[in-house]
Amino acid sequence: MINKVVKDAEDAVKDIPHNAVLMLGGFGLSGIPENCISAILKKGVKGLTCISNNAGVDDFGIGLLLKTRQVKKMISSYVGENAEFERQLLSGELEVELIPQGTLAERCRAGGAGIPAFFTPAGYGTEVAEGKEVREFDGKKYLLEQWLRADFSIVKAWKGDTSGNLVYRGTARNFNPMMAAAGKITIAEVEELVPLGELDPNNIHTPGIYVQRIFQGKNYEKRIEQKTTSKG
Amino acid sequence: MLDKIGIAKRIAQEVRDGMYINLGIGIPTLVANYIPKNLNVVLQSENGLLGIGPFPTEDKVDPDFINAGKQTITMMPGSALFNSAESFGMIRGGHVDLTILGAMEVSENGDIANWKVPGKMVKGMGGAMDLVASAKHIIVAMQHCSKDGASKLLKNCSLPITGLKCVKKIVTDMAVLDVLPQGGFKLLERAPGITVEQIKQATEGKLIVEGEIPEIKF
Repeated sequence: MINKVVKDAEDAVKDIPHNAVLMLGGFGLSGIPENCISAILKKGVKGLTCISNNAGVDDFGIGLLLKTRQVKKMISSYVGENAEFERQLLSGELEVELIPQGTLAERCRAGGAGIPAFFTPAGYGTEVAEGKEVREFDGKKYLLEQWLRADFSIVKAWKGDTSGNLVYRGTARNFNPMMAAAGKITIAEVEELVPLGELDPNNIHTPGIYVQRIFQGKNYEKRIEQKTTSKG
Repeated sequence: MLDKIGIAKRIAQEVRDGMYINLGIGIPTLVANYIPKNLNVVLQSENGLLGIGPFPTEDKVDPDFINAGKQTITMMPGSALFNSAESFGMIRGGHVDLTILGAMEVSENGDIANWKVPGKMVKGMGGAMDLVASAKHIIVAMQHCSKDGASKLLKNCSLPITGLKCVKKIVTDMAVLDVLPQGGFKLLERAPGITVEQIKQATEGKLIVEGEIPEIKF
């Protein structure tokens, strides 16, 4: 098998240039590539286009890159948890494309799967439909949407082996698998890097073919946005 | 007037055995607490889970298990986890029986606006547009009027649209209404203490009132 292992986040992101188009996995703060976000922050690359379902919170996740003005454009479906984002959006400092979550997921999937365009009913009749071709199938209207692909896809998994096979945990999976396939170069940070043979081939969520670089992550904060408990 | 819990309790009465249900953030999430225990239903979370369970006890809180509102949750026995493309495939493919979500405005045609207030609130649409474009049955939880008394059940939505001609049933703090296929809000039930006249005053869109309108029963 091919060895994809790199030393750490700094090593993984070292050739990301200014103005790169990035995909970052995660839903809210669940499944976000914490180590790589810190490394990108430290590296100081600017003019980034970030494709990610959410924008983190003000002081965690992609929110950190917004604070330092490293992000030129966000492509997301929901940014409500981040006040700084909303402010930069409303003031025009940040370019934003808000797209329906299912469309975002499918555009990433299509990007990795070689499907340049597809039709979806989401957003028909709304401002999302502006400038897009509409076609009717079986009496219902659909919008034509195009694939999304990134220069670098940065994903976070629970376990990965040295060949880049990935397994996710819980709802931290979300956008990571599709984004892993849609990056020209895919970087995977994992909670546990294991040797070949340890992962069950029946249960691989992202086959290693999609992953170019993998490293053992560390010091995951795994912050919770809305801790909600019951008394039991 | 009903409070948020009252609205959630009334919507829970619409749930049937065997349904797969998606609950939006806010009041819709509360509906889960009031689904009768004898009904077998499965709650879908758009971020990749079928089988949302109760909120965890303090010792079971796990950051890898959250719902669409980013709250920590647990899983029921028999749950399934999957990625976001699979999740929205399930939604778009018409496999979810019931979608419950909030709204800022609904029109008498069943149009819904719930994602943007231009210049003020632009949080994004999240999964709402996919859900309303694909769900078999859509119930909306909302306030009947805004804080300054303006009706939110309108002839036409004034806010940016989330979906066209999709809402089937509405439960507000004042009433339960159906949206008729030919257009118009049909009044079904009144909130305790609320009169038909008050509901007429509060509804800008076409309101159809036939016969005696009963009070919501809990």
